Amino acid sequence: MLITNTEEIPGKQIVECHGVVAGSTVRAKHAGRDIMAGLKNLVGGELKGYTELLIEAREEAHSRMREQAEQLGANAIVNVRFSTSSVAAGASEIYIYGTAVTVR
Amino acid sequence: MIDLYILLGLIVIGYVVGQYLEQRHYRSIKQRERDFIGLATTTSKRPIGKIPDPSRVELVEGACVISVDYFKRFVARLRMFFGGNVRSYETLVDRARREAVLRLKAKCSNADQVINLRIETSSITKGRRNQVGSIEVHAYATAIYI
Repeated sequence: MLITNTEEIPGKQIVECHGVVAGSTVRAKHAGRDIMAGLKNLVGGELKGYTELLIEAREEAHSRMREQAEQLGANAIVNVRFSTSSVAAGASEIYIYGTAVTVR
Repeated sequence: MIDLYILLGLIVIGYVVGQYLEQRHYRSIKQRERDFIGLATTTSKRPIGKIPDPSRVELVEGACVISVDYFKRFVARLRMFFGGNVRSYETLVDRARREAVLRLKAKCSNADQVINLRIETSSITKGRRNQVGSIEVHAYATAIYI
C-alpha cells in the first residue's frame, strides 16, 4: 500500500479511483499523564506523554483508513490529510482522510 | 503574603529552569538542522528537478507537544492586558515546529527528496480556562527514494 500526501505518485499512473477513505479516533489522556504534564508546565519543554499519545492515536486512525482502502481493493492512497480537533478538554480527535486509488 | 512568595518562587523557578531547558533545546535543534542540511525539502506538490524513476514513495510524519514555562505564561498574561506582540509564545511555536520537522526528517534521512511538507498546529489544552499552555505541532510529507 503506497500512501502519499501528494495528488499523484511520482513515477506511477493512477488508473482507477475508489473514492474517499477515512479513519478517526478519539483519545483521552489519563490522569497520571495529566499530573506529570502539570508539573512539566512549570518549567516548560516537551510533554513526552502527550506526544506519544497523539502518535499512537494517529497510528490507530491510519490503520483504520488503510483497512478501508484494502477492502475497496485499492493499492494506494493519495492526497492524505490530517486534522486534529479537541472535542472536550483533555480529549482530542484525530481524523485522517485520503483518496483510495489503483496505480500502475 | 505567603501566596505572593509562592507566585514569585514559581516565576523564578520557571525562568531559571525554563531558560536553561530552552537554550539546550535550541542548541540541539541547530545541531540537527546542520546534519540534515543536505536533505532537499519542499512544500511543492511535485519533486523539484528531475527524479528519473522513484523506487519508493512514503508518507512520513513528525509530531511534538511543547509547553511554555511559568515565567513566560505570566509575561504573556501581562502582555494580553496591554496588547501587542507576545514574544514569549513565539519561541514556543518556533521550537515545536522546528522539532516536528526534524523528527520527520529523522524518519527518512536517506530519502532523495521530501515533498509536499505540511505543518499543522493545534492546542491540546484548549477549553481549559482558555489557557494556551501547550501546543501540538504535526508535520507530514512525502519522501521520495530513487
